[in-house]
Amino acid sequence: MARIIVVTSGKGGVGKTTTSASISTGLAQRGYKTAVIDFDVGLRNLDLIMNCERRVVYDFVNVIQGEATLNQALIRDKRVENLFILPASQTRDKEALTAEGVQKVLDEMSETFDYLVCDSPAGIEHGALMALYHADEAIVVTNPEVSSVRDSDRILGILQSKSRRAEQGMDPVKEHLLLTRYNSERVERGEMLSLEDVNDILSISLLGVIPESQAVLNASNQGSPVILEDESEAGGAYADAVARLLGEERPLRFLDGNKKGFLKRMFGG
Amino acid sequence: MSFFDYFKTRKKSSASIAKERLQIIVAHERNTREQPDYLPELQQELLAVIRRYVEIEDDQVQVQLDRNDSCSVLELNVTLPEEVVDPQ
Repeated sequence: MARIIVVTSGKGGVGKTTTSASISTGLAQRGYKTAVIDFDVGLRNLDLIMNCERRVVYDFVNVIQGEATLNQALIRDKRVENLFILPASQTRDKEALTAEGVQKVLDEMSETFDYLVCDSPAGIEHGALMALYHADEAIVVTNPEVSSVRDSDRILGILQSKSRRAEQGMDPVKEHLLLTRYNSERVERGEMLSLEDVNDILSISLLGVIPESQAVLNASNQGSPVILEDESEAGGAYADAVARLLGEERPLRFLDGNKKGFLKRMFGG
Repeated sequence: MSFFDYFKTRKKSSASIAKERLQIIVAHERNTREQPDYLPELQQELLAVIRRYVEIEDDQVQVQLDRNDSCSVLELNVTLPEEVVDPQ
């Protein structure tokens, strides 16, 4: 029985696909059989971030419509054992993701996988609702920026009312905050919402803080999940987030930026 | 923030403005989120019924649903004009 995790945000461009790629890679590295599923029908991008865009033959919608089996559509990752990618369809209509179809595919995958990571499209339309409906846990990716925080709150409301767990009166979806593109120097200068500010507003448990880092773009350029760049701060922060997701305690790192010396603090500069 | 900055006039940081604005809008949106979808329609129909007897403007009827653990209270607030006009 797989644990289903949705990576969602409401707002676009905050790092959902980057996060889906790194979290699923991290879970697979820990030995859990993991699949990462792209729900962004029409605008698939997970394949590019995972460097398997040229290996896509069948997709999620083909499996739903019975044109391919799950095994034909799943792409085995070449770097990490236990990791599989289920790409979204690039051409079909969004409505092709029917509730029953998604349910059927997730049920079948649940039998053999430990974790299913659902990469949600932006917005609160059909695709996003399908991605979060079956979730046991939700990673809400948020940038320290007003529109992202507001949209995250909206998504939290939807998780609490429109998910399967909410509709069937089960235990609620476990919500995690992942703060991305965090720039601690700007926070220190009062130019960016701090971790505490975002926490005060959203008040859900913190999974991690990913510092704004050149490593993220570098990694996506090459189709490598940034968690594999274990020298980089962003990679380390994602590894910590995976550990916390698995219930381990990890102190927050990379939050102090370039600490200024005492004299510099006193006299500016 | 340097030592000498304390002598300058203090200006609110943009981050604290962001936080204040967010706290207000998020609290407001959480309130309306919990209201059922039929509330706007209910408000329109109530308005139509009341208009059969008195002339009132759209914004003179407020409908609000407050939910507690054990009970829900539907609060209806109608502001009547000072002179009640009898249509008959």
